Amino acid sequence: MDQKEQDTNLDTFPKLLASHVKLRPTQDAIREKDLGIWQSWTWAEAAAEIRALACGLATLGLKRGDKLAIIGDNRPRLYWGMTAAQALGAVPVPLYQDAVADEMAYVLDNADVKIALVEDQEQVDKMLEVRDRCPNVEHVIFDDTRGLRHYEQEFLHDFETVQQAGVAYDHDHSDFYDREVATGKGSDVSIMLYTSGTTGNPKGVVLSNDNVIITARNGIIRENLTSKEEVLAYLPMAWVGDNLFSYAQSYVAGFCVSCPEDATTAASDLREIGPTYYFAPPRVYENMLTQVMIRMEDAAEIKRKLFNYFMEHARKVGVRILNREPVSLKDSLLYKLGDVLVYGPLKDVLGLRRTRLAYTAGEAIGPEIFDFYRSLGINIKQLYGQTECMVFICVQPDGEVYADTVGTPAIDVEIKIDDNGEIIYRSPGVFREYYKNPESTASTKTEDGWVHTGDAGFFDEHNGHLKIIDRAKDVGKLNDGTLFAPKYIENKLKFFSFVKEAVLFGDGRDYSTAFINIDLDAVGNWAERRNLAYSGYIDLANLEEVYQLIKDCVDKVNKDLSEDSRLANSQIRRFLILHKELDADDGELTRTRKVRRSFVGDRYDTLVESLYSDKTECHVETQVTFEDGRTGSLAADVQIRDAEVFKVNSVNQEAAA
Amino acid sequence: MNQQSSPETILAVENISLSFGVMKVLDSISFDIRRGEIRSIIGPNGAGKSSMLNVINGFYHPQEGSITFKGETRKQMAPHVAANHGIARTFQNIALFKGMSTLDNIMTGRNLKMKTNLFWQALHIGPARVEELENREAAEKIIDFLGIQAIRKKPVGKLPYGLQKRVELGRALAAEPELLLLDEPMAGMNSEEKEDMCRFVLDVNSEFGTTIALIEHDMGVVMDLSDRVLVLDYGKQLADGVPDEVRNNQDVIDAYLGVPHEH
Repeated sequence: MDQKEQDTNLDTFPKLLASHVKLRPTQDAIREKDLGIWQSWTWAEAAAEIRALACGLATLGLKRGDKLAIIGDNRPRLYWGMTAAQALGAVPVPLYQDAVADEMAYVLDNADVKIALVEDQEQVDKMLEVRDRCPNVEHVIFDDTRGLRHYEQEFLHDFETVQQAGVAYDHDHSDFYDREVATGKGSDVSIMLYTSGTTGNPKGVVLSNDNVIITARNGIIRENLTSKEEVLAYLPMAWVGDNLFSYAQSYVAGFCVSCPEDATTAASDLREIGPTYYFAPPRVYENMLTQVMIRMEDAAEIKRKLFNYFMEHARKVGVRILNREPVSLKDSLLYKLGDVLVYGPLKDVLGLRRTRLAYTAGEAIGPEIFDFYRSLGINIKQLYGQTECMVFICVQPDGEVYADTVGTPAIDVEIKIDDNGEIIYRSPGVFREYYKNPESTASTKTEDGWVHTGDAGFFDEHNGHLKIIDRAKDVGKLNDGTLFAPKYIENKLKFFSFVKEAVLFGDGRDYSTAFINIDLDAVGNWAERRNLAYSGYIDLANLEEVYQLIKDCVDKVNKDLSEDSRLANSQIRRFLILHKELDADDGELTRTRKVRRSFVGDRYDTLVESLYSDKTECHVETQVTFEDGRTGSLAADVQIRDAEVFKVNSVNQEAAA
Repeated sequence: MNQQSSPETILAVENISLSFGVMKVLDSISFDIRRGEIRSIIGPNGAGKSSMLNVINGFYHPQEGSITFKGETRKQMAPHVAANHGIARTFQNIALFKGMSTLDNIMTGRNLKMKTNLFWQALHIGPARVEELENREAAEKIIDFLGIQAIRKKPVGKLPYGLQKRVELGRALAAEPELLLLDEPMAGMNSEEKEDMCRFVLDVNSEFGTTIALIEHDMGVVMDLSDRVLVLDYGKQLADGVPDEVRNNQDVIDAYLGVPHEH
C-alpha cells in the first residue's frame, strides 16, 4: 500500500491514532506539566487511555451522533475526550472555558449535549448552575477531583471511575472499540465548533472528518511539517486554531503536543518546551514585545545600549537575511555577532529559539511588531482563515512575507472577490452547515460550496497576495463620502504598545472619533518611571500626562492617514481615554477578544455623543461584571481631547506606496 | 461550613490568664476546638486574639491555666512541642524569607519532616536524596493546591501582598498540621483575593481535614466560614457559640458588631 492510499484509509482521528501506535508506539504523543514536572504519554499509552475512556463513555450511553461537551484548559484528558467521542462516532463540542454559566447554557442546549467532560470544580459548579435549563445533559465527568469530594449528585463522575468502567466493559466486549472505530467514515461529523459571534448568538460550525483531516494535511504538506515538531497547546480548545494546530495536525503528522501547567505559566512552559511550530494571535506577540521593552527600559545601561545597537542592525538587515536576500559581508558578520550576544538569548527568553515556523492570524499585526520578530530570524507568517473551513484560506509563502497582505491561497483553496468587494472561497475544508440553523447556512454558503467571508479585500496587483481591509459590513462612509475603515485605523492605534484597544466611530458622521483603552502594564511602567502617582486604572487613564502620551500616538496615526488620499479625511478629530478596560464579561469584547464596536457604541452612547459635541468632559456611569458574575457600578468623569489633523499629503503617497 | 467536625476535642484551654507586668492581656479564658472544625476568634483591636494564638503555639507562657492538646495537658506549650505535635501558623505580619523563592519558602515548612542530617543533605545522596524528592513532591502538591505555579521560582519579596499571604499559608500547610492557626489571613486584601483565600481555607479544611483556628476582622468571612466563634474583648471572654448565637448576643453587638447583621 503506498503512502497516499494509506492516507485515504486514515479518514478518522481514531484510525490515525491506531496508525501512530503501529508506526511510532514509543514516541511521545502528548505531554503535560504537573507538580512541576513534564509528564508524557507515548502514542501507545495515549491510545490505551482513549480506548478506556471511549468504552467508559459508551457505558454512560454515549452513542453515534451524540454530542460530548469538552470544557477546560488544555489538558491531555480533555484532548483524549475528543478522540474517545470520535471513536464512538459521537461529536466533541469544545466550549470556551472562561465563559460564564449563562453563555454555556446556550451552547449546551443548542448543541444537544448529552455528556459534558469538564476540567475541575469551577466548571462542575457551572454545570450544576445551568442544569435546570439543560435537561439534555445527562452526565458530567470531571478530571480534577479537588474540592469535589463532597459533591454527591449521581450524574457526576470522576474521570478515572469512567475509565475503570470502560476497562471492564472492554474486557467483556473486546471487539466493541475496534468495531466502532472501523464503522467511522471520512464523511462523518468530526467536531462542532461554536463561533464566538461578533453579532448574535454563537453558531455551531459542523465539520466532517474529511474537512478537518484534508485541511490539516494540506497545511502540513505546504510547510513540510514532520512528526518531530514540538508545539505548545495553550490557546482555548474551543477555538478552531487550537483544534487544527494542537489536535488535527498532531494526529496527521504524529508530532507531540505539550500542555502547560497552568494558564499563568504558559510563558515559562513555552520556554521549557521550545516549540518548533508555534501559533499565536497578534496580541500574544504584542504582549511579548511589550514585556521585552519594559524589561529593557529597566535594564542596566550597558545592556540597554547593546540591545538598542543590535536591534537597530537587525531592523536594517534581519528581515533580508531571513528572506535569503543578499547582504554585505560586514552586515552579515555583524548580524552573526548580534545573534550570539542579543538575538539568540532574547529568542531563548521568549521560548522561540527553535521555532521554525510561527503563524499569526485573527487580527492584523502591527508592521513594527511583525518585523521585530522577523528581524530576529523567527519565521513568523500571517495566515488568513475561518472556522468555517478549518482555518486555512491564505498563507504567506516563505520568502514572500509582507506586513500588509495575508499571502496566497492555501492548497486546494479557490478565492474570488465578488462584486461588492467581499472575499469568497471554496475548499475541501468548507463546513457542512451551521448546526440547526439552515437560514444562516444558506446566507453564508452557496449551493456550489462558495463561502462568504464577510471580509472586504482585494488581490495586490504586484505580488498577487490577498489584502484584507476590514469586515465588509464595517466599512462605511463619512458624511463627505470618505471611505471609513474603522478596523484599519484601530489597528494602527493598537500598534502602539501604550494602546491596548481602540474603538473608532465615524460611519454616517462628519468626522472620525476614537475611544482608547490604555495598556495598564505599559502605561503604568511609563508613569512609574516618571514618578507619576496613580491609584488604579481609572486614575491612570485620567492623568494629563497620559492624555498627552496618547495624543502623540493619535497624531502619528493621523499623520499616517494623511498620506493616503482615500483615507486622509478619516483622520481622528477627537478622542477620549476610556475609564475601564473593555471586557468580554461585559459583552464589550468577544471571547476571542475582538471589539464589538456597535455594542460599545450603544453602551457608551453619552460618550459618543460628547465626542460629536464641543464638550471637554463627560460624566459616565457603567455597570460592570466582576469575575464571579456579580455586578457593580463604576462612575468617572472622562476627558475629551482634540487631536492634530494633518493636511492631505498627496506628494508622499507615491513614496508610501 | 463543614460536615467533618466531630465531638472529639483536639485542643482545650482552661482558665488561661496572661499578663505582661500590670497589663492583663488574657483574663481566665476557657474554650475548646473540636477536631475538623473551623473555629474563629474575633474581637476589637487589643482584645487578645493574637496573644491567644501565641499561647496555643507556645510563644507566650501564661501565668495561670492549662492547655490540653490531643489529650495531653500542660501548664504551657513550648514552640517546638507545638510544631512537632502538629500545630502550624501564619502571622498577621507576613513572616517569610523575602529573598528566597516561593518553592524554597514552602520547603522550609517541611523542615520538621526531614530526618537526615546536614552531612547527608550536603552530599545529596542515599536517604537524603530520597527524602528531598519526597519533600519536593509534597511542596509541589501545595503549590498546585494554591494555584501558585507561576511564582514557583520568584523571590517572595517581589510578590504582591496577596500572593505573599498565600505563600505563607503554603508554608504552614507544608508542615501537614493537624491544627492550623491563621492570624488575619485576609487582612489588607481586596475582595477578589479575600474570596480566593476563603476558598483555600474551606478547601484545606475539607480536603485535608485540617482543624483551623482563625482570627479575622471581616465579619462576613467569619460568619460564613466558621463552625463556632469565640469573642474576646479586652482580654475577657465575651461570648462563645455558633455564628448565629454570637451575632445575636447583645454584649457582642454592644462591644463590637454595632448593628445586628441582616441575613
